[in-house]
Amino acid sequence: MAIFLTKESKVIVQGMTGSEGQKHTKRMLASGTNIVGGVNPRKAGTTVDFEGTEVPVFGGVKEAMEQTGADVTVIFVPEKFTKDAVIEAVDAEIPLAVVITEGIAVHDTAYFWDYATQKGGRTRIVGPNCPGLITPGQSNAGIIPADITKPGRIGLVSKSGTLTYQMMYELRDIGFSTCVGIGGDPVIGTTHIDALKAFQEDADTDLIVMIGEIGGDAEERAADFIKENVTKPVVGYVAGFTAPEGKTMGHAGAIVSGSSGTAQAKKEALEAAGVKVGKTPSETAVLARRPLGG
Amino acid sequence: MPRAPWTPRPRGTPTLTNDRETTDLRGRTRVDLFEYQARDLFAKHDVPVLAGEVIETPEAARGVAERLGGRAVVKAQVKTGGRGKAGGVKLAGDPAEAVEKAGQILGMDIKGHTVHKVMLAATADIAEEYYVSFLLDRTNRTFLAMASVEGGVEIEEVAATKPEALAKIPVDAIEGVTEAKAREIAEAAKFPAELIDQVAHVLVKLWDVFVREDALLVEVNPLVKTAEGKVIALDGKVSLDANAAFRQPEHEALEDKAAANPLEAAAKAKGLNYVKLDGQVGIIGNGAGLVMSTLDVVAYAGEKHSDVKPANFLDIGGGASAEVMANGLEIILGDPDVKSVFVNVFGGITACDAVANGIVQALELLKSKGEDVSKPLVVRLDGNNAELGRKILNDADHPLVQQVDTMDGAADKAAELAAN
Repeated sequence: MAIFLTKESKVIVQGMTGSEGQKHTKRMLASGTNIVGGVNPRKAGTTVDFEGTEVPVFGGVKEAMEQTGADVTVIFVPEKFTKDAVIEAVDAEIPLAVVITEGIAVHDTAYFWDYATQKGGRTRIVGPNCPGLITPGQSNAGIIPADITKPGRIGLVSKSGTLTYQMMYELRDIGFSTCVGIGGDPVIGTTHIDALKAFQEDADTDLIVMIGEIGGDAEERAADFIKENVTKPVVGYVAGFTAPEGKTMGHAGAIVSGSSGTAQAKKEALEAAGVKVGKTPSETAVLARRPLGG
Repeated sequence: MPRAPWTPRPRGTPTLTNDRETTDLRGRTRVDLFEYQARDLFAKHDVPVLAGEVIETPEAARGVAERLGGRAVVKAQVKTGGRGKAGGVKLAGDPAEAVEKAGQILGMDIKGHTVHKVMLAATADIAEEYYVSFLLDRTNRTFLAMASVEGGVEIEEVAATKPEALAKIPVDAIEGVTEAKAREIAEAAKFPAELIDQVAHVLVKLWDVFVREDALLVEVNPLVKTAEGKVIALDGKVSLDANAAFRQPEHEALEDKAAANPLEAAAKAKGLNYVKLDGQVGIIGNGAGLVMSTLDVVAYAGEKHSDVKPANFLDIGGGASAEVMANGLEIILGDPDVKSVFVNVFGGITACDAVANGIVQALELLKSKGEDVSKPLVVRLDGNNAELGRKILNDADHPLVQQVDTMDGAADKAAELAAN
């Protein structure tokens, strides 16, 4: 089954005709993703040739869905247009929107998240500023290199891009059901908790690895969720133990943040929920092997 | 055109999240403003403020005080709290006294911040002090208004000991703060009935500042009621989101470039996401998470080697061309604290052969520029084309470069070299 993305997924790319969009559409196709179209109002009706695969360009997400049955969009449009691109995807009620673009203003992300929520949350948003997700051997929606690892029974959810790759590499011999890069922005769509819930329910996942990093309280809340809801073994890693402490600007931040946000606080919260937390990526990989008999 | 994620780009000096905890190493930049800059933004959006001007020399205080009617409050401009207690706020009765007080405050050290600027502001008779703010509520993925009639410097204590005295009202990002929402906030904070209209008006205007300026934080403390019953923003803290630079061209001028560490300023000029730390092992890596992790692994390894620590955070992103590598190496080798360098790259999109070529060319480039290239480099390459990359480094056989296959092993080697 895997989570969020399977070989049945029909993927469109918003921003496919841009240079990043083209480069990564080519990579996604090469890793077996069923790319059924691109979106660019100015190039609607044309096709783009990806080494022999002709991919049609549609004027909008809704039209692309009607024509192709697409159920996933990967968004590569520039940061100043990303808000509108996500809103268009939400309006079209596409089930999954993966927002790769980085550097989006927080007010824009807060706006499109609010918009998606008010629309009833029919569109799952992953990102922004994330590498996307991959179900090895089936489909790849984003920029995660497909050749690091193979299909297997570990589910991975991570705030960080290159740490996702590192962890996939450390455990490449075991393989992964799905790897989800949720991004580390202050406001993101899919959270650790959403992925944990899906992995818990996924028959193809035996163990979950979650990677966090300093800032916010997502890991602490994930720990609470794990305690109550996750019976599968969870192994964690948190980056940023030695990152310098920040300063407080005004009083508001200090009042509102419930957690200290430090790596140590996150580690302790996760361990209290029964999660084995590695000190380094390689130690985390060792911990992940144990429950799998590795 | 979207950037490839994790490619370096011109950024502000990586600063801090607005939720207190950490230096933001992900390249999200926050521009924290001085009080006078916040005051100017408030005035721009019709938030009632007192007249005021900023100066950098004592003598300039005379003219400003004259324009303000003689009496003025002289306020140190520093991005830290507690300036009042430190003697950074003084009342001047006439222009001559304003010059004298400005002279006392300029150059003062307040919690490690040297005062380079003071603001002279008109005086007001303060009857009451309140608190209001807007900020991002990261946990709930929305915005939050906070307000209290018990404002002033002890607001954090109020929040801790009398949470019922601090109203926290979620604000919908799309709807924003309408008149009705503003009244809801003011009423929840239990402002006196006769002030609700005025406070609501100020809140609507402050929301304009928050949204139209792409702020991450707008805080007024204190918001005051004067003896005449007027509501005025007396002191403000504003943090801006540098990711909104594309639609906020005026914000760049608000950055305090003088305050940046020289190495950080040089890195920023080259578009690198770099933060100076106080250790001895220079770090270069790709991707914020991996570099954060590298800092940790080096610090752990350092425990066995005279307690050496990471000297910096440097994320070269996904590109890692020879030029980017050269720029990064130049910054790090230019740091006199650095004794060894650890280049830790996991090739995802980036191919390790390109990284290896980058290292070789960077060392040649730096040498040809007459830079001091004498510090040992430990390189760990994994992922995309790692074998090819390793071969390139082996073939180049540079006396300063050694390769270690694992991240932990390489960190240990780099720490050992820094300790010697």
